[in-house]
Amino acid sequence: MGLWNVIRGRSDSTAPNLDSLFALPGAAITLQTSIDLNPTGVGSVCYRAAEGAAAAATQSDAVSLIEADNGPKVETSVDSFGFTWLVVRSTPDDVSGLVTDLHAVNSGLETQGFSSGLLCSMVAFADASGRKAALVYLYKQGTFYPFAPTGPSTRDGLFERQLRDLLSSDLRIEPDIARWMPVWGAPGL
Amino acid sequence: MAQSRFIKDTGLTARMTAVMFLLGALFVALIVVLMYALPGYAVVIAIVGLGIAWGQWYFSDRVAMRAMRAREVTAEEAPELHGMIDRLCTMADMRKPRVAIADTPLPNAFATGRSPKRSVVCVTTGIMQTLNAEELEGVIAHELSHVAHRDVLVMTVASSAGIIAGLLTRGAQYGGLGLFGGGGRRGNNNNNPAGVPVWVIALVVSLIVYAVSFLLTRMLSRYRELCADRSGAYLTQKPSALASALQKISGEIANTPQRDLRASQSMNAFFIAPAVRGLSMNAITSTHPSLEQRLDQLARIAAELGRPMDGGPATGPFDGPLGPSGGLPPGPAGG
Repeated sequence: MGLWNVIRGRSDSTAPNLDSLFALPGAAITLQTSIDLNPTGVGSVCYRAAEGAAAAATQSDAVSLIEADNGPKVETSVDSFGFTWLVVRSTPDDVSGLVTDLHAVNSGLETQGFSSGLLCSMVAFADASGRKAALVYLYKQGTFYPFAPTGPSTRDGLFERQLRDLLSSDLRIEPDIARWMPVWGAPGL
Repeated sequence: MAQSRFIKDTGLTARMTAVMFLLGALFVALIVVLMYALPGYAVVIAIVGLGIAWGQWYFSDRVAMRAMRAREVTAEEAPELHGMIDRLCTMADMRKPRVAIADTPLPNAFATGRSPKRSVVCVTTGIMQTLNAEELEGVIAHELSHVAHRDVLVMTVASSAGIIAGLLTRGAQYGGLGLFGGGGRRGNNNNNPAGVPVWVIALVVSLIVYAVSFLLTRMLSRYRELCADRSGAYLTQKPSALASALQKISGEIANTPQRDLRASQSMNAFFIAPAVRGLSMNAITSTHPSLEQRLDQLARIAAELGRPMDGGPATGPFDGPLGPSGGLPPGPAGG
């Protein structure tokens, strides 16, 4: 397969693993009970929107699907790297509902053939002292990593490692720390 | 499985595999001829030739970085560039290459290195000033595709017949001065009753092999560029950004004075756009496809990405409105 791809000048795009997202509600409970870090009810999907009409239609379908029946509000923004963020603001106590909404966006993109553009999903947490952290899910690797920004371009590496150790039984944590990509200024964090 | 919007360009794949097969056949033919003409030297010449090819491949990153006076940069030195490459590598699920910047006004970018582990993606300061972020991302995705397709290895293997033939040409010239004496005499006695000196035959054969191999590797290089364009455009999902980058770069490069170009000529095969004057090179010897051909392919990808898919059951990949290869102009081999 590898050699055949090399000869043909191709690289298989890795299929994203969408279902691992559903491990998040369990992890949220662990964080709540062990270090009093609570979900803020904000989650987001970050992906590269393809140019053309099809991607725009897919995006507006996904947004209206989530917002239907008095669902949570969805904000759309494009970051400086050209990635689209769909930020879902739901209630803090309903992590599984939030995850279901995020998953709906993924499956919408997947059925339209845009799943290769998925970059990551993020669910935000905060504690009473105002300390913030997010669990970021990498679709292509099927792994999570903690991201704890402390400023516009600084992160709390120690706290992130602490979260990794806490969650190692709940989630598949990305073992390669070089892949813990900083998402500074991610909307919703 | 979800539907794929990837254009399977069967024509391109077929042409490319045919060229690779021909290059392999050329290599074998050259070795066989050598075995007959110069039985004493054939193995030595083949080993030296392959050794040179191996060296070119093995040290490709160091040689290229030095030739371009490129400097590796850390995430702190170039946060935007690193962030961009981080995201592309995460989307493509590939290992992040090293990142380097070459301080030259020539707007260009290249990828090199013997394996994905050892690869370097280098951009020039000129290209960072010329392109906006979106266009630069398209160019970097093209270079990352070269890494993923292992193009340095492919092009080195492809050029090994040419390297041996080049070696032989030089050897045969010395042979004419009497240095090839032993092999020549034996050849004269056993295989060559007509009395033509064996070094003349070796010279003629190696010149022919060198010329054919030169044309075939250039053709292969153009096909690999099209493949990298295609994979890069699918990675960023923005074929138009790469298209506008290519237009900007080729315009700028054509305008760059010749003096700047001489230093980087050996690097042309790995550049995003060749650093030579567009008009002085003809289509057959160029390392890169014409801008026209590249834009045509990107337009087909853009059409495929923008095509609505009505959420029906997966019907397999779509070949595009013009059939498997209809949209791509015939390669230089075809006309």
